[in-house]
Amino acid sequence: MTSTAAVLDNTANTASEIPAPDGSVTVTVKIQRFNPEVDSEPHWESYDVPALPTDRVLNLLINIKGYVDGTLSFRRSCAHGICGSDAMQINGMNRLACKVLVKDLLAKKGKPTTITVAPIKGLPVMKDLYVDMEPFFEAFRAVKPFLISYGNEPSRERIQSPADRERFDDTTKCILCACCTTSCPVYWADGSYFGPAAIVNAHRFIFDSRDEGAEERLDILNDTEGVWRCRTTFNCTDACPRGIQVTKAIQEVKRALLFKRV
Amino acid sequence: MQFHKYDVLIVGAGGAGMRAAIEAGQRARTAVLTKLYPTRSHTGAAQGGMCAALANVEEDNWEWHTFDTVKGGDYLTDQDAAEIMAKEAIDAVLDLERMGLPFNRTEDGTIDQRRFGGHTRDHGKAAVRRACYAADRTGHMILQTLYQNCVKHGIEFFNEFYVLDIVLSDTEDGQVATGAIAYELATGEIHVFQAKSIVFATGGFGKVFKTTSNAHTLTGDGMGIYYRKGLPLEDMEFYQFHPTGLAGLGILLTEGARGEGAILRNKDGERFMERYAPTIKDLAPRDIVARSMVLEVLEGRGAGPDADYVYLDCTHLGAEVLESKLPDITEFARTYLGIDPVTEPVPVYPTAHYAMGGIPTTVRGEALRDNDAVIPGLYAAGEVACVSVHGSNRLGTNSLLDINVFGKRAGIAAAEYANSVGHVELPDEPAAMVQGMVETLRSAEGGERVVEIRTELQRTMDINAAVYRTEDTLKQALHDVQALKERYGRVAVMDKGKRYNTDLLEAVELGFLLDLAECLVNAALARKESRGGHAREDYPDRDDTNFMRHSMSYKVLPGGSTGPDPDAPLGLTGFLSDIRLDYKPVVFTRYEPMERKY
Ligand SMILES: Cc1cc2nc3c(=O)[nH]c(=O)nc-3n(C[C@H](O)[C@H](O)[C@H](O)COP(=O)(O)OP(=O)(O)OC[C@H]3O[C@@H](n4cnc5c(N)ncnc54)[C@H](O)[C@@H]3O)c2cc1C
Ligand code: SF4
Ligand code: SF4
Ligand code: FES
Repeated sequence: MTSTAAVLDNTANTASEIPAPDGSVTVTVKIQRFNPEVDSEPHWESYDVPALPTDRVLNLLINIKGYVDGTLSFRRSCAHGICGSDAMQINGMNRLACKVLVKDLLAKKGKPTTITVAPIKGLPVMKDLYVDMEPFFEAFRAVKPFLISYGNEPSRERIQSPADRERFDDTTKCILCACCTTSCPVYWADGSYFGPAAIVNAHRFIFDSRDEGAEERLDILNDTEGVWRCRTTFNCTDACPRGIQVTKAIQEVKRALLFKRV
Repeated sequence: MQFHKYDVLIVGAGGAGMRAAIEAGQRARTAVLTKLYPTRSHTGAAQGGMCAALANVEEDNWEWHTFDTVKGGDYLTDQDAAEIMAKEAIDAVLDLERMGLPFNRTEDGTIDQRRFGGHTRDHGKAAVRRACYAADRTGHMILQTLYQNCVKHGIEFFNEFYVLDIVLSDTEDGQVATGAIAYELATGEIHVFQAKSIVFATGGFGKVFKTTSNAHTLTGDGMGIYYRKGLPLEDMEFYQFHPTGLAGLGILLTEGARGEGAILRNKDGERFMERYAPTIKDLAPRDIVARSMVLEVLEGRGAGPDADYVYLDCTHLGAEVLESKLPDITEFARTYLGIDPVTEPVPVYPTAHYAMGGIPTTVRGEALRDNDAVIPGLYAAGEVACVSVHGSNRLGTNSLLDINVFGKRAGIAAAEYANSVGHVELPDEPAAMVQGMVETLRSAEGGERVVEIRTELQRTMDINAAVYRTEDTLKQALHDVQALKERYGRVAVMDKGKRYNTDLLEAVELGFLLDLAECLVNAALARKESRGGHAREDYPDRDDTNFMRHSMSYKVLPGGSTGPDPDAPLGLTGFLSDIRLDYKPVVFTRYEPMERKY
């Protein structure tokens, strides 16, 4: 099996073939690369690429892949922050590459800009920015993330007041991108913790007035892998690209457990 | 190579695929094959709403909805199908509510509804509140709710499996569908899935254009696979341009914004839609609004430094409405254009949005091999399909409806069929074509790059085959696409590995895009009239005498063969071959074609 030879850290790949539109500047994108087919461990590679201030970091990755090194691998789909595919560490913070604009990363006073990109932490790296999402979705599925109701199905819609609907609005916004869970120090230390995303999705049902499964779910979350592991460090809230108050949601679940009341 | 056997296969896990899976999964042994994790599907990008005549906030009924759908489609809509969709819309919304979808609510606690383009009271008298919604993330909520219910029902998913071919077997009673061939992204392995029925739900192909609201992954794989078998694609010339894409970017701002009262203005601040659609103005159907915007720009009334866009003015709606009912699009404008819709008008221009055409189906979701005959075991639903409920122009909210109504129907039909027959044997070496294509691509040393061919394809399609078309622009587009197909034969990928080789898959996807672009342009050239999403400058009027009919595009395969062809690019039989155009009658029930005024 062949693969492009890795160019190590300080020698940047020049990307002269990427079209450089008017107004673009050159930035260095430094990416953590790893292909277990050929590499024994991860390493960094750098690419000098033209970038417009309005470019998304995702555009830069797409250009590097298209023109410089097709082996660079990462997930992407919607390109505007709603599908949750492209969570990665950008300059050390968990972000969606399609929601970070170059202008917000440019160094001051025309100094050279380096943007570092690495896979999200705490999930096994499969290749470059691809991580194994299965453990993440497993935790999600474990909290029974679906409406539970007993008795007869109503013939029309269930009635829910705007105020009751508002109560869980924030947590319905989750796109399962894993930015929160993979920024959580407790999750890094011990992957058996459900992680904030799963709790957010449990919250979405526990506080839905139509749902009758709160107790089952709270039992699950009361477990040793459950909410009590959270140490309220707010990393998750800072990481969430949907602006969900993740830590607050976790606190609400804890309170529901303490006072047996939702 | 791995081998699997199921009763029902669903290809695609967007709204249509998962709605089908929920039905099929409860009736038969079902597997869902999807190139994306289900929750990454582009159904999640849908914003504005899903129409159903619930009449929760004002008088409404399904017959009005049917009429609007037919008229909105410029009478190319099959009226029997439109009626089914409008009738079943009510249950489709209630089904989702029962599954847990958090719709916005009225003060009484019922599902709230808002206005949307082309949806009217009593056959066009005024705009009606028909769209059920969840802020401006209705599609997100539908996708999440359907995935949640798939989890509940224990539906089996094969995530990041790219289906690259379907398997058809010849029997005494003709061809039947017997399986699908998939490429596993993680390992590069080829999998053969045998089944009794297969539902295609692979979504659209917006990536033939540069400026589009569609995801990078919307490359029309399902349509491409179907077409390469010599099977027809219906109404490919009808591609919808949504009026309000963020200028230069194509990211969508929902029509729900205009439903809530936002107004389109030209550089002089004029509400120009009053001139084009005096009754419902900014809430005219998309084809009419998109054409009007382009005319404003062509006639010198565009805004901005290059006078190449118009404004969507939301400033009078107030921060509260924007934050509560349109929060996501407010954020898109802020993030990507640095413009705050609360205080400034937003630059917008039409963006390639939705394929009205696709795999022709019956109202039960059965895929058609010609104007009438079905291929037993093969089904299609969602944007990949053409029932046709959208005719030449889809009304806003009718796609989320389509995926739910016809996703459900196809899921039920596929499972019932599977339960009524046995497995049919697969042909010899069912995966030969895919293996050949993948191996050729992996080892190809040609000098052509995927990114360059794709960029040029998108450029010519944006310039020559977008909102307005002429004989000349379409001929140019056809010429360009065919030249690019030629170059595609020399495409090489840089990644020669097996793991997560998206380089290779992008090359495969590009092949589908090229095929579909050619179909689109070819059918558009032949349709010498203007209707709905197809506007010909050289033939500005609708011509019911000659063109009140659906187009059907067939790939002409050399000697009728569908096996691998060692001489063709990547072994793709007939990749460069001709297209045969045929036509299919429109189904009329109660509405006579009229001139379309709003
Ligand atoms: C920005 C935006 C906003 C919209 N807003 C609205 C709205 O408000 N109301 C409305 O009615 N409509 C709206 N639409 C249209 C509507 O959202 C789509 O038409 C609809 O969601 C398509 O659903 P689908 O299930 O057919 O396809 P998708 O949701 O696109 O799903 C396609 C699926 O197919 C899979 N797939 C594709 N190729 C392969 C392959 N080769 N192998 C395996 N799997 C494959 C993918 O993984 C994915 O799961 C909007 C569209 C966009 C882009
Ligand atoms: S607040 Fe809790 S869940 Fe969030 S990062 Fe901190 S420890 Fe993890
Ligand atoms: S809570 Fe936010 S960060 Fe976490 S998975 Fe959901 S959207 Fe992503
Ligand atoms: S690509 Fe969809 S969230 Fe970034």
